[in-house]
Amino acid sequence: MTKDRNSFIAWLQAGPMMLVFVAFFLLPLVFVVIVSAWDYNEYEMLPALSFRGYTDTFEGCIAQLPDLCTILKTYAKTVKLCFLTWAITLTIGFTIAYFLAFHVRSKTWQIVLSLLCTIPFWTSNVIRMIAWVPLLGRNGLINQGLIDLGLIKVPMEWLLFSEFSVVLAFVHLFTFFMVVPIFNSMIRIDPKLVEAAYDAGATGFQTLINIIIPLAKPGIVIGSIFVITIVMGDFVTIGVMGGQQIASAGKIIETRLNALQFPAAAANAVILLGITIVIISALTRLVDIRKEL
Amino acid sequence: MTDSVKLDAKVSRRSLLKGAAGIAGLAAGSGVITGFPYVKSAEPKVLRYLGTGVNEGDLIGQQCFKDTGIKIEYISATTDDVTKRVVTQPNSFDVLDTEYFSLKKLVPSGNILGLEAKKIKEFNNITPVFTKGQLPNGKKIGDQGTAPWKVLYLEGANSKNFSKTATDYVTLIPTVYNADTLGIRPDLIKRPISSWAELLNPEFKGKASILNIPSIGIMDAAMVIEATGQHKYADKGNMTKEEIDLTMKILTEAKKAGQFRAFWKDFNESVNLMASGETVIQSMWSPAVTKVRSMGIPCTFQPLKEGYRSWASGFCISKATTGPKLEWAYEFVNWFLSGWAGGYLNRQGYYSAVLSTAKANMTEDEWGYWMEGKAAKSDIKAPDGSLLEKAGAVRDGGSYEDRMGSVACWNAVMDENDYMVRKWNEFIAA
Repeated sequence: MTKDRNSFIAWLQAGPMMLVFVAFFLLPLVFVVIVSAWDYNEYEMLPALSFRGYTDTFEGCIAQLPDLCTILKTYAKTVKLCFLTWAITLTIGFTIAYFLAFHVRSKTWQIVLSLLCTIPFWTSNVIRMIAWVPLLGRNGLINQGLIDLGLIKVPMEWLLFSEFSVVLAFVHLFTFFMVVPIFNSMIRIDPKLVEAAYDAGATGFQTLINIIIPLAKPGIVIGSIFVITIVMGDFVTIGVMGGQQIASAGKIIETRLNALQFPAAAANAVILLGITIVIISALTRLVDIRKEL
Repeated sequence: MTDSVKLDAKVSRRSLLKGAAGIAGLAAGSGVITGFPYVKSAEPKVLRYLGTGVNEGDLIGQQCFKDTGIKIEYISATTDDVTKRVVTQPNSFDVLDTEYFSLKKLVPSGNILGLEAKKIKEFNNITPVFTKGQLPNGKKIGDQGTAPWKVLYLEGANSKNFSKTATDYVTLIPTVYNADTLGIRPDLIKRPISSWAELLNPEFKGKASILNIPSIGIMDAAMVIEATGQHKYADKGNMTKEEIDLTMKILTEAKKAGQFRAFWKDFNESVNLMASGETVIQSMWSPAVTKVRSMGIPCTFQPLKEGYRSWASGFCISKATTGPKLEWAYEFVNWFLSGWAGGYLNRQGYYSAVLSTAKANMTEDEWGYWMEGKAAKSDIKAPDGSLLEKAGAVRDGGSYEDRMGSVACWNAVMDENDYMVRKWNEFIAA
């Protein structure tokens, strides 16, 4: 009896969130999947079963072998940018979180310093990205500075509108999403464990590998999920920082939407969702977040 | 986020406010709710105006309110988002400000009202550029692409088909148009530029840019390819699949060779690229050139021997607009063509659809500079009073006849649009 009652209350508690989730996430998603199988013309969707959105997307993938077709090339590029961003934000984010959790003793300073990490978010995304131009551009601060110092003669063009600038902007934006969850996991680590390791003669590096990293894993995975899902779907940053010359999965969807080809856009969205789910589920295989939380 | 996202946010905030106001209104007048809440005559005349921002401006809205008592609520979005909204939410606007090339998508959707020509006072004074495809002096102009006169008339009030001959039902009442070309930095190029072919000239490797809006970008590319003599298109605005393949192949080769510094998509990006010197030659819009120049940086909207790519926009009315609102919409369109707005747009470097009324609202010197290609006698100012050109300046490209007379093609939606968009994605990924 009590058990039934408890589970009923639990459902009740989860109810509102579940309703919101179903109405504003699951249902729209179902519509996207349905629409992705429809046909379309210049100005409207035709509710007839057609997998044109999918077949068009993979057009030439077999015929062009061993060359990659558009969609595979695009995903290869997106995944590459995603991996670079993930690896760099993880390294930097982990280091910052470690510093905040173990080297900053006072709560106040921990809060102040974490707030400092949010500075990149004080301006709008577009302004932040446009601001890179005077810094990295052909006549920008860095190139001019290096030329004035006599270190280079010709401006380095790869600084802007390149994969370098895209990854730089991503790292600048998303390191914070790594810092917060990792920091959160780290402050829960019992200091006694670290002391015990020290007493048992472990070096700092051994403590890091055997104590800190395993215990900070949930934070690492959550941070990774944030960064990977955002970067996989991004088209704004890649567009602006890549000079619109670098393809991304999100960009394909945007172009299709703008051409009013909703089913084709939906098909691409479903493909993107599928690939992202595969990556995320691989990550969660490594760590059972539920158990660790 | 992007402009479009920002604008969407603005829109939804506005509609939210409107919703709130509606609820407040209902509460105030509770008891007399008889079905559909309709605007009573005592209430202010309000029209919802959906558009891209070219014709918009607080000054226009204020002047319109002063002259007609009609209050304009602007809903701004990018060209693509405007089209999306018309097709998916025809009830969300009354007056639509859009371009002729979009009509190929909008009219078949059945959401656009056929306007009665006889209700438009100045209809017969609209420049023959729109009605006959010729200048006032009789010179024929280029008809490649979705030229306005091909899609100006409907077969009937509720027809979804364009009429080849003049009828009483008009799809879109023209308001503003211009001839686009390449913008260049004369101080960095240091030699005359006279052909579209220069865009792919290896001399400007890593310093060129084109527009990343597929339907327009591919036409600029076609202008270039024709200029280099690699192919002659039957209609640059309506390519065959083979022509699309060829165009994209040449563009892709140029991209791989590093010809382009970046592609641009919105107005500010194009200004930024040019002003910072990242690019020295690129497709551009007239007000963007003006903006760069107003920053004190030399920039020319370079006339080229192959001609201009032109565009034109104007007003449609939603089929969902009926009753008194429909009358106000006609009143608004008539006001727009009556001269004040025309003068305002002409002073920004665009062209007004009814030239005679615009002329009456400009000084002789302004008319001479903007329309006749004459040297300015005194300083030329923007509508907001800021200095655009010093006395003695001559407009790039010269007079109205010189510029509009050299139009080679019009912004277009191709029959093979779906194929083209796919190829464009392939080009970006290459």
